[in-house]
Amino acid sequence: MALQVGDTREQVVIEKVNRTHIVKYAGASGDFNPIHHDEIFAKEVAGYPSVFAHGMLSMGLTGRALTDWLGVTALKRYGVRFTRQVWPGDTLTAKFEVTKVEDGLATIKVVTVNQNGETVIEGEAIAKADAV
Amino acid sequence: MADEGFEFPVDRTQVMLFARSLLDIRPEYWDPNDPATKAVGGITVPPTFVQCSAHWQPDYPLDLTRPRKEPRQPRPEGQGGGGLGRGLHAEQHYEYHHPIYVGDTLTVTTRPGRRWEKEGRRGGKLQFSETITEYRNQDGVLCVTAISVGVQTEKAVEQ
Repeated sequence: MALQVGDTREQVVIEKVNRTHIVKYAGASGDFNPIHHDEIFAKEVAGYPSVFAHGMLSMGLTGRALTDWLGVTALKRYGVRFTRQVWPGDTLTAKFEVTKVEDGLATIKVVTVNQNGETVIEGEAIAKADAV
Repeated sequence: MADEGFEFPVDRTQVMLFARSLLDIRPEYWDPNDPATKAVGGITVPPTFVQCSAHWQPDYPLDLTRPRKEPRQPRPEGQGGGGLGRGLHAEQHYEYHHPIYVGDTLTVTTRPGRRWEKEGRRGGKLQFSETITEYRNQDGVLCVTAISVGVQTEKAVEQ
């Protein structure tokens, strides 16, 4: 059955982000901004309370929830805004809702929230409607 | 104007490592013999995989192991994406035109996009800039267009 307007899906994408998760993403992606792995730099130079996760880690984890749902060949577009930092200890849940289906393509609203219900990324994906 | 680009070979181990960093163990990202992988035409890549091209980008500013003319500076004019310290990644967008497979050699070209400024709620003046990156495979087929929006802030962003 193809995607329909109003279809929703929710998935916990990471529980209690830790510094190992963050460092693993840094090493794999090549994003070595010290603000994500160097506690002294993050606190004393940049003025943050601690290191925080790459926005792209949240986007990648949310992308995993999209491909868990739709498979690896369905996405046509995927874009997000980073609205809040993700700190060690946070648990993230991705929430999707199909808002439009037209010409075989489904528009999916994407929101990922932390354990307090605060949005950390929000955006949109467009996928083949017959992917599911 | 786009730059002349650089080559980004899509390697099986890199894809596996990147997928695992996203806690993703699905076979299409590492197991060539799994029926699911065969069904999609070979080992393919996660939606945000092209970020790994950073490893191959000449004078990539966030790789501290490589010599640079001006270490720890923000990215050049017109270059979006996250920077050091006050530079943050504001938005990221991908358009998927054609699948990427392990074994592909992608050519990566980058050009500046729009620039704008706005007043932050708590972070002072915010300067936004877009970077548009295109990934073409060895047959010249455009696979992914990525648009990164970076923001430079005057002070650390508060919660």
